[in-house]
Amino acid sequence: MGERALLVEVADGTAAAALHAELLRRRAAGDLQVREIVPAARTVLLDGLTGHDEARRLAARLPSWEIPPLSARAEDVLELPVRYDGPDLADVAALWGVPVPEVARIHSAAEFRVAFCGFAPGFGYLTGLGGVPEVPRRATPRTAVPAGSVGLAGPYTGVYPRASPGGWQLIGTTEAVLWDHARVPAALLTPGTRVRFVPEAR
Amino acid sequence: MTDRAFAVVRAGALTTVQDGGRPGHAHLGVPRSGALDRPAAALVNRLVGNASGAAVLETTLNGCALRPRCAVTAAVGGAPCAVTVDGRAVAWGTPVRVPAGALLEVGPAVYGVRSYLALGGGVAVEPVLGSRATDLLSGLGPPPLTDGAVLPLGVAPLGHARVDTVPQPGPPSELILRTTPGPRADWFTTAALRTLLTRPYRVSSASNRIGLRTEGPPLERATTGELPSEGMVLGAVQVPPDGNPVVFLADHPTTGGYPVVGVVGEQDLTAAAQAVPGTVVRFVGAGVWSGA
Repeated sequence: MGERALLVEVADGTAAAALHAELLRRRAAGDLQVREIVPAARTVLLDGLTGHDEARRLAARLPSWEIPPLSARAEDVLELPVRYDGPDLADVAALWGVPVPEVARIHSAAEFRVAFCGFAPGFGYLTGLGGVPEVPRRATPRTAVPAGSVGLAGPYTGVYPRASPGGWQLIGTTEAVLWDHARVPAALLTPGTRVRFVPEAR
Repeated sequence: MTDRAFAVVRAGALTTVQDGGRPGHAHLGVPRSGALDRPAAALVNRLVGNASGAAVLETTLNGCALRPRCAVTAAVGGAPCAVTVDGRAVAWGTPVRVPAGALLEVGPAVYGVRSYLALGGGVAVEPVLGSRATDLLSGLGPPPLTDGAVLPLGVAPLGHARVDTVPQPGPPSELILRTTPGPRADWFTTAALRTLLTRPYRVSSASNRIGLRTEGPPLERATTGELPSEGMVLGAVQVPPDGNPVVFLADHPTTGGYPVVGVVGEQDLTAAAQAVPGTVVRFVGAGVWSGA
């Protein structure tokens, strides 16, 4: 992809997560020189390789790499407090065929993992919600979604780091600060972070 | 003690602070940002004696005007334009001494889009993730300049370059974009790939720091369906549902869900940054385009 980038496509999100972890390990060990490692739904982008030859060499070697599966207990679980008070709670409950309070129970029972970031600094696409139908994006996106809104779209859960337009179905609100560029690290959620949503009393 | 700062008298259509940007944070959804015409930004910094990564001002089409509160060395490059100090013409592309309180005006671009103004010491706004660049997609960095705003300057460098003149790039009649095949070229019909590489497009007035939008024959997809989000690179030629290619520039999103048909080499993105709306664009195939 261009002169100094490789887009590596794998079978699914789990494989992308494992490849991402392996690439980070190799970069940390000094075996890989690359500026950006950007995981996504089922790809990992390597951008800013040292040159076209290095990109070609890496592309030839990658398929033979032994990539260990992600270990489940590698990192701590980040707990995000949530008030399940979103404007789309009833619509989501109807789609899932459950009473409204069940949405909070189902959502807070799941363990999520940040598959990748995008859309805005610190916006993570979290996977881990199983056993319920995927929630479509709203037909008409909202022009203003408040910061801290917890939303659902497709296979993902996300939290809006700042007020912005958005089309996800909103089920709750968190006080957690997802992005603060004066903080180190600036992003609370980075690819690979494990997350649990903890219901707050209303 | 001198007040190392300048006041914005006329912000212009869109004037932003730019430097080398903030690469290395794409995995957090942070665009690289930074000056669109890198060579021009580096040149004006060199002219005033700054380090090449110092923050400069990037104007859009109609320049800007400032009043420094201290004597400062200034240089303007990128899109050629008239430069005046208190109404008197001074040289473009040459270091100019501007007295404290004088009015420094960067005129409208004669051709091209973006002029670059370096001031000795650089624009010293607070960096965000190592960069002072305004990122119009994510809102990181300082906001675009507004009339009356006051921005700080860094410590003046010891000297500046001694040059009489620097060569100006000529106005491009056509924008040639050498393009290698993208990861999703196979999402398009053979006819669409041939169209991309043989038919002229034009720069759309909807272009901005995020992308150079083009208008021309729409590219037909070979596959329907949605592409899961994937990482995007500088120069990626993304094709939204309307079929008109968009070339990603510095403030591009880090991930996206429209297929990337090709990738424009970085060496041609400088010219892309200076192409005014209506300019003819030719995507010239580089590398191996199967089927096209």
